Amino acid sequence: MTETRDVVVLGSGPAGFTAALYAARANLRPLVLKGLESGGQLMLTTDVENYPGFPDGIMGPELMEAMEKQAARFDAEIVAQSATRVDLSERPFGIWAGDHEWRARTLIISTGASAKWLGVPGEERLRGRGVSACATCDGFFFRDRELVVVGGGDTAMEEASFLTKFASKVTIVHRRDEFRASKIMQDRALANPKIDVVWNTVVDEITGNGAVNGVKLRNVNDGTVNDFATDGVFMAIGHTPNTLLFEGQLELTDGGYIVVQEPTTATSVPGVFAAGDVTDRHYRQAVTAAGQGCKAAMDAERLLQMEAHSTAESTTVPLG
Amino acid sequence: MGLMGDVTDQDFDERVLKSDAPVLVDFWAEWCVPCHMVSPVVEEIGRDKGEALQVVKLNIDENPEVTRRFGIMSIPTLMLFKDGAEAARLIGARGKDALLRELDPHIAA
Repeated sequence: MTETRDVVVLGSGPAGFTAALYAARANLRPLVLKGLESGGQLMLTTDVENYPGFPDGIMGPELMEAMEKQAARFDAEIVAQSATRVDLSERPFGIWAGDHEWRARTLIISTGASAKWLGVPGEERLRGRGVSACATCDGFFFRDRELVVVGGGDTAMEEASFLTKFASKVTIVHRRDEFRASKIMQDRALANPKIDVVWNTVVDEITGNGAVNGVKLRNVNDGTVNDFATDGVFMAIGHTPNTLLFEGQLELTDGGYIVVQEPTTATSVPGVFAAGDVTDRHYRQAVTAAGQGCKAAMDAERLLQMEAHSTAESTTVPLG
Repeated sequence: MGLMGDVTDQDFDERVLKSDAPVLVDFWAEWCVPCHMVSPVVEEIGRDKGEALQVVKLNIDENPEVTRRFGIMSIPTLMLFKDGAEAARLIGARGKDALLRELDPHIAA
């Protein structure tokens, strides 16, 4: 018989692990499906300098390892599985990872967001052969080569700056005439002698046989198209929320983000809460995700307590 | 046995290309976070398949020649070799089921 859990957390970034930590300390014995890409987006970055509490910065993977350890210390059960299906039509909710099934009285969704791709010809074919969305993962392979970074936000600035450790030249291609990145990141990138910028331009196609050899760049103002030789193309154009599993079951925005009833983390289904980048397209910071994860755990705890009070059923949640 | 340890630039041809059984090569590096997730899964597959599949790891930092020879530009990359030739190439981290889906068609039993 499938065990029914008080709290199941989907996702293992700052939102997921903070939710797990708080739920564990509330004696709710949360189950965390941490997935294959455990740790979330911070695993793909190096120095994290803006997470409060670390005056000298901390490496993304180190921070996530610490968060996982902390949640585990209070007996959060963390499994290396990804949910493949959920059924939110009744409580307790059904969650499946392949053939494994769990039932949850409350569900905290913190599945985060993944890098967006351009969707242009050549991109899919050449992925891993010069096309990438992760500078820290693949920059290594481009020592003394020339690279293109597509994007205009903080991620693009960071990826471009990071890639200059390996590449001889990095060209940022941006579709507008100014970056939306934070000032400090823009200044760092623009001051870097290895970084060039091509403004008002988009990538129409990525070319190469077996490996990237160039991109077709189109100027959005006058429509002119140029061939631009390059050895690699890194996407830094934003993220899409990981909500395919919940389509048709939860209210989502046009962009696919989970709608929550601010200031709570309650979704359109009572008992389901969401936290982190999966709900947030405005802030998308590790610390805001962590804060929301805490809220989600507290929301879940309150709901469970209210339900325990209003029925005669006894639960494992201690009162007070 | 499924798991055959590490291969290097020096013994790659002998142990992988000249192998009778299919060989799955796990290209990895210490600093590659997704690699640390894929490698245990790959090891498990090696154990499960026994004699039908050999599994080896190649550290790209220590073995640049083989890395370059096969045009590895992203890790983790898994390459399946049969009779000295590339039979499959899997780029990027994925779970056991997804890996087996790609590998099973090439492996005896």
